[in-house]
Amino acid sequence: MLAFILRRLGQSVLVMLVVALIAFIMFRYVGDPIASMVGQEASSADREALRQQLGLNDPFYEQFFRFITNALQGQFGISYRLQQPVTELILSRLPATIELAFTSALLALVFGVGFGVFAALRPKTISTAAIMTGSLIGVSLPTFLIGIALIYVFAVELQWLPSFGRGQTVQIGWWRTGLLTESGLRSLILPAITLSLFQMTLIMRLVRAEMLEVLRTDYIKFAKARGLSSRAINFGHALKNTLVPVITITGLQLGSVIAFAIITETVFQWPGVGSLFINSVAVVDVPVMAAYLMFIAFVFVVINLTVDILYYVVDPRLRVSGPARGH
Amino acid sequence: MRTKLTGIAAALLASSMLVSAASAETVRWARASDALTLDPHAQNQGVTHTFNHHIYETLLIRDLEGNLIPRLATEWYLKEGDDTVWVFELREGVTFHNGNEFTAEDVVFSLDRARSDTSNMRQLHADVAEVRAVDDYTVEVQMNGPSPLYPNNVTNTFMMDKDWSEENDVVAVQDFGAGEDNYAVRNTNGTGPYELVSREVDVESVLEYYEGWWGETPEVTEIIYLPIAENATRVAALLSGEVDIVQDVPVQDVERLSSSEGFKIETGPENRTIYFGYKMTDEPLASSNITDANPFADTRVLEAMSLAVDRNAIQQVVMRGQSIPTCVNVPPFVNGWTEELDACPETDLDRARELMAEAGYADGFSVTLDTPNDRYVNDEAIAQAVVGMLGQIGIDVTLVSRPIAQHSPIILNNETDFYLLGWGVPTFDSAYNFNDLVHTKGEEYGTYNIGLYSNPELDEKIVQLGTMTDLEARDALIAEIWATVQEDHVFLPVHNQVLAYAMRDDITLPVHPENQPSMTSVTFE
Repeated sequence: MLAFILRRLGQSVLVMLVVALIAFIMFRYVGDPIASMVGQEASSADREALRQQLGLNDPFYEQFFRFITNALQGQFGISYRLQQPVTELILSRLPATIELAFTSALLALVFGVGFGVFAALRPKTISTAAIMTGSLIGVSLPTFLIGIALIYVFAVELQWLPSFGRGQTVQIGWWRTGLLTESGLRSLILPAITLSLFQMTLIMRLVRAEMLEVLRTDYIKFAKARGLSSRAINFGHALKNTLVPVITITGLQLGSVIAFAIITETVFQWPGVGSLFINSVAVVDVPVMAAYLMFIAFVFVVINLTVDILYYVVDPRLRVSGPARGH
Repeated sequence: MRTKLTGIAAALLASSMLVSAASAETVRWARASDALTLDPHAQNQGVTHTFNHHIYETLLIRDLEGNLIPRLATEWYLKEGDDTVWVFELREGVTFHNGNEFTAEDVVFSLDRARSDTSNMRQLHADVAEVRAVDDYTVEVQMNGPSPLYPNNVTNTFMMDKDWSEENDVVAVQDFGAGEDNYAVRNTNGTGPYELVSREVDVESVLEYYEGWWGETPEVTEIIYLPIAENATRVAALLSGEVDIVQDVPVQDVERLSSSEGFKIETGPENRTIYFGYKMTDEPLASSNITDANPFADTRVLEAMSLAVDRNAIQQVVMRGQSIPTCVNVPPFVNGWTEELDACPETDLDRARELMAEAGYADGFSVTLDTPNDRYVNDEAIAQAVVGMLGQIGIDVTLVSRPIAQHSPIILNNETDFYLLGWGVPTFDSAYNFNDLVHTKGEEYGTYNIGLYSNPELDEKIVQLGTMTDLEARDALIAEIWATVQEDHVFLPVHNQVLAYAMRDDITLPVHPENQPSMTSVTFE
């Protein structure tokens, strides 16, 4: 068990390093940070001086090494755009993204499982046809368009919900939450729906397919033969057995929900790390971009590591193969 | 009884609403981006200056027509008998938000801070040798030589409180190499009409009227500043009544908003010209099929291109009317602009083809055009239109479009053959353009001379402009330089940008030529 975890940890560190390296190679092609840091009046000499001061003239490997040593000490430098410490910026934006991501994941899970089960149990009804068609729209329409459409309908035309921002927030320790105020909750609805649609349809289709599969298995037939109630069969046996892959997928998707919140955050001016990243890309704010990419890599690595460890605990076959090799 | 109580309550409510309408108005003001910093000398950028103008003040400022008017300085003049010294007489009775009095030592401190090494404003004060206080309300600025136009450079240089800055250790401007941020990035103490109440970067900033302000009490007493990056969301926020004023209105929404009930659009010319430039050296172009010569080195080709570009069509189709076609790359507020320079010849394809043939390019040539796609209004679409127009005289243009962050290094390193750029003139004087765009490229001059145009005779005249104090002779020289620049077709100007602000129809915010509107100028109906 320990060896397994250590091996996985080692791989995780390697992944983080590779992400940092790729990010650094990319930064050479995203543009020149100096151009957006100085005014139109700055002379070539001034620009050169600033470039020198920021260490942008140093060879690639030197910049990379400096970044890694600083990052290991939790130092990501000062944002070129906002002149504030990057770590602080990301931490202050993180609660908004996490609240949005978890709310959408929850929405996706609840509605995805619900609709999926319904579609599997009543495969030939009109409602199922409607849900399946609706889910096609969910996967094929771009998030951007869904967001704008929701804003147009619910904010501009009906004026029920706010079109942008996070509403009023409450500070609890370092965490700034929007979940405790009415305007905060109202602001959360549209972005959460927008962000959850894709995951929701994904989970729904997965649950439906798994469920149909399970319903055909022998033990369901035996359960029916034993005269169990259909509720016990459907939810006690069938659904329970479909949930393993669903939970895995949902867990893994949580990483992408956090990472792909970028577009939703931009459309709704949601003050999370995604919109911070987009604003930074436009002006080549390298310290923020680097820290954000490392953060996303970290999220994925942690989730994968947790899933791996859980599998190890849950799935006996993995445990057997370990010691078996020792003989 | 109950109805009576409700009646009283309603009356009370109504009266309190009336009172608040007369004495306190809140304006929710949305823009595409947030101010980058509150440190007044750390960034030389329009959005940041516009925001900071509400908290901090400058010695002089520009009015809606672009004229210099007094602000913290009431008078300014060249010292008698010494044309290298500018004298500023300061407004008396001005206090900072913390109650400290505003005096000459604050001006000396602020100007010294603005010209320090880590300041981004220092280029505007490059010719200053020393700043000294004569008495509490008089400041002398000693220049390195005669600098007749120096007052033009101080309209965005904000005055800070010396004592406050020393107390909070912000005597120096933010240093990017340092590991910590500067106190002044997030805290303010200005003399301006509004005080900072709260600020969450990229989310919301709240400003409140400063009771001790020296000016006339503005109608707006509270400002809620809301950056909304996405165009569609920003417009939706106005339509849904969540914001009152939208400063950055996308061109495609101008018409829709002006015809929507309850909203209106204010438009006005911006101090920014959109133009094309080309590499003018003798070496062949890197991106052209002509490998033995540079077609752009031939003035006839350049004239043909200018004749082929239909500026009116660009105005009507690409800009939906929201631009002012021009043939000189300075906007009308700028000293040196004339109607003759501005006037364009009729688009004439036949003559253009003739000129191409005379220059030996009857069959045309190919070239790559670099354009930004997120910097100016419809920048990429303008470039696309010009590609089509030049195609008609045989110039086969390949368009390469990039975000400004990637476009900038390419043009600043002169790695382009043909490019689009926009240019504003913050000093409102043509010399600014000549220094940066026309003078041969070097350490201090010609930073944006991307086409590497070089004319030693003009260089001499441009340098001479910098120190001329006889304004009449100076204007004559400016006209002379413009004549040569136009004759040589150094630029291919297209139009001046138009600014559009959208707002609730009971509010009026006039358009400022530098796109730096003040909420003190807002009026309610």
